[in-house]
Amino acid sequence: MHKLLEDLPGKEMLVLGNEAIARGALEAGVACATTYPGTPSSEISANLFAVSRETDLYFEYSTNEKVALEVAAAAANCGVRSLCIMKHVGLNVAADVLMTLAYIGVKGGLVILTADDPYMFSSQNEQDNRYYAKLSGLPMLEPSSISEAKEMVGAALTLSEQLGEPVILRTTTRINHSTAKITLGKLAERKTKGSFAKDPFRYVAVPAVSRKLHTLLLQNLDKARELSEISPYNFFEGSGDLGIVCSGVSHAYVSDAVRDLGITGRVRVFRVGFSHPLPEKRLKSFLRDVKKVLVVEEGEPVLEEALRNLAQQEAVTVPIRGKGEDLFSREGEYDPAGVREAMAHFFGLSLPAKETIDLSGAPAVPQRPPNLCAGCPHRATFYEIKQAAGQDAVFPTDIGCYTLGLLPPLSAADFLICMGSSVGTAAGFSRFQDKRVVAFIGDSTFFHSGIPGLVNAVFNNHDFTLVILDNGTTAMTGHQPHPGVDMEALGYSGYGRISIEEVVRALGVQNVLVTDPYKVKKSVAALKELFAKKGVSVVISRQYCPLFARALKTPRKKPFRVSRKCAGHRVCIDTLACPAMYVDDGQVAIHADQCTGCAVCAQVCPENAILPVRE
Amino acid sequence: MSEIHGMAQRGGVVESAIVFGDAESSIISDGEADVLLGFEPAETLRALGRARPDSLVVTSTSTLPPPTAALGKVAYPEVDAMLAVIRKKTGRVVTVDARDLASRAGSTLAQNMVLLGALSRTESVPLSADAIRTAVAATVKPAFVDLNLKAFDLGWEAAGEGETGQG
Repeated sequence: MHKLLEDLPGKEMLVLGNEAIARGALEAGVACATTYPGTPSSEISANLFAVSRETDLYFEYSTNEKVALEVAAAAANCGVRSLCIMKHVGLNVAADVLMTLAYIGVKGGLVILTADDPYMFSSQNEQDNRYYAKLSGLPMLEPSSISEAKEMVGAALTLSEQLGEPVILRTTTRINHSTAKITLGKLAERKTKGSFAKDPFRYVAVPAVSRKLHTLLLQNLDKARELSEISPYNFFEGSGDLGIVCSGVSHAYVSDAVRDLGITGRVRVFRVGFSHPLPEKRLKSFLRDVKKVLVVEEGEPVLEEALRNLAQQEAVTVPIRGKGEDLFSREGEYDPAGVREAMAHFFGLSLPAKETIDLSGAPAVPQRPPNLCAGCPHRATFYEIKQAAGQDAVFPTDIGCYTLGLLPPLSAADFLICMGSSVGTAAGFSRFQDKRVVAFIGDSTFFHSGIPGLVNAVFNNHDFTLVILDNGTTAMTGHQPHPGVDMEALGYSGYGRISIEEVVRALGVQNVLVTDPYKVKKSVAALKELFAKKGVSVVISRQYCPLFARALKTPRKKPFRVSRKCAGHRVCIDTLACPAMYVDDGQVAIHADQCTGCAVCAQVCPENAILPVRE
Repeated sequence: MSEIHGMAQRGGVVESAIVFGDAESSIISDGEADVLLGFEPAETLRALGRARPDSLVVTSTSTLPPPTAALGKVAYPEVDAMLAVIRKKTGRVVTVDARDLASRAGSTLAQNMVLLGALSRTESVPLSADAIRTAVAATVKPAFVDLNLKAFDLGWEAAGEGETGQG
């Protein structure tokens, strides 16, 4: 039995934030969960997927976040409690749905979980999705702790049903990826089927309907504001004339700092957990009760600006500060010491000098950037493409492990914006400059948002090659399935399967090449032939992700070794730089326990000096 | 406890913070860690700013140079030079050769248990060695319990004989 299915209310359990959220969904009777995987949200989905194999929970890895939200929106409009999970940038993909779903609303509860990533531990930007609540007019809840994250899933669903509209639950990486104790509540039964009562003049967003719905949305916003006023998630702590307003994980840093600075009794803290719409009346009265206000919020000055608005309405002139050179940054994460120091500075408190370690004179530690794994087929593909297309070609890339191809010596990533951007930008680059354009996209990303770009390229007759790196899984986020995966082989029944090759051909791409990147010479020759042709072409470079292959327990190949024939050309390390290789006393060598036996280095060696390890 | 996921399998730096007690924060700022436990000497040095001048450092001495260094593209510092800096800058240093001890226990994958054993010996965290052993036995797959406990014990023993240095 999955550990999150333990039905022992009151039991304490040490869990990851994402597990707590998944448990919260199970305690709240979520019957439909949809997602596209993305760090830092991925483990919520991984756990619900596992739970769905043992229960009547419906879970799907949707093709992308837009589709995920559409599926969940319909489920909720049948009266089925639904949860749609995505990382912050996923909400950009789903934003078209979000904005009008806010008008149309829901019947059963729908919670949209957005996992923001301040500092961009694994993201392309650190946008603050609190603006989506304001933009869409939907309510937003933000937990400050793991146990609160669990609790808020149910609270958000109830709120969603009260208001008849989706509720956004916003977390940040430190909530998703911290581990703490939760107390289990009761598991709920799921209502897995509902009904849909037709009401086209309510549900079909044509202009005449939408004008009415917008009025309704604004009325709902007023109702939501009243609920925010009485929400237990918006609360005061402490007393005194120094004011702090904070939200999310910052509340933990503030609480610790209040104690460390010994200012209990001097500071009033307003923790905002129901952050849109804000409890304006309570905040106004808070502003009247304090002499100055420090706003402690990661990301953009959302609360800070809102508070200034409220102060203006009330003609309150207390200083309200948050972002600024002497206080907090709009970049990155906050940390306990930074919050403590800003509080001391703003409130004029003395802070004992901190003894830190002076590292001047210490030996320089080499960087350790994440790298493509030993035996990763992407490394071979990059090598082959550069052999056939030249170093000079422009390489738009996409989001996945292969983005790591930007590091030398592979240097096979020149431009990246977002999921699917490789294809659209390849079209632009091929049209407006003269170098050859070869774009890279992974199999899962191709299904997510690569296909429209390819349709466009065929229709508008662009001239570039799209390389689809088909490693049989969504590797970067932890081997989730995608529509091209053979689910039967993984032991799952009831799924379809879509052939990338057939899709590409059906879209009208004339020149399609399927390669096995582990066959270097053959791939390079075929690629050269392909690059001689004009127009849109597609290469499907197909080979399993070695980590995934290991998880599938495919037989391991013999590792390779560098024999005495090595003449020290170092082509292997200068072109591939596989992490299984190292230089020992001037001699190239291979770690047998890391080598996967892909044999790509053996094929690039000019002396044929790399050989399989003998029995 | 807080940990950033995902980069470990791709050979990137992974830092986890564990806060004991009644603090609400799950991360540790620079200069505020009581104990710094490093799995690799260069990584211990990289993270040394998290510690204070009087912190305890437990570090493995077995190296795992990043690929660029392993391939001779950039320099990897001498282990002794790194350990000398760590000793000079912090209060107390316990060193163990985690890879060697783990392989003696049966698998280099058990280096975490070696280091946990060494940490336990320092009595710097409020968890007894027996409590940790019980937890390992209860949570590790049965087939690997003995190996992990052996690795833990080897680390515990090594930390007793291991060199410690006063700053």
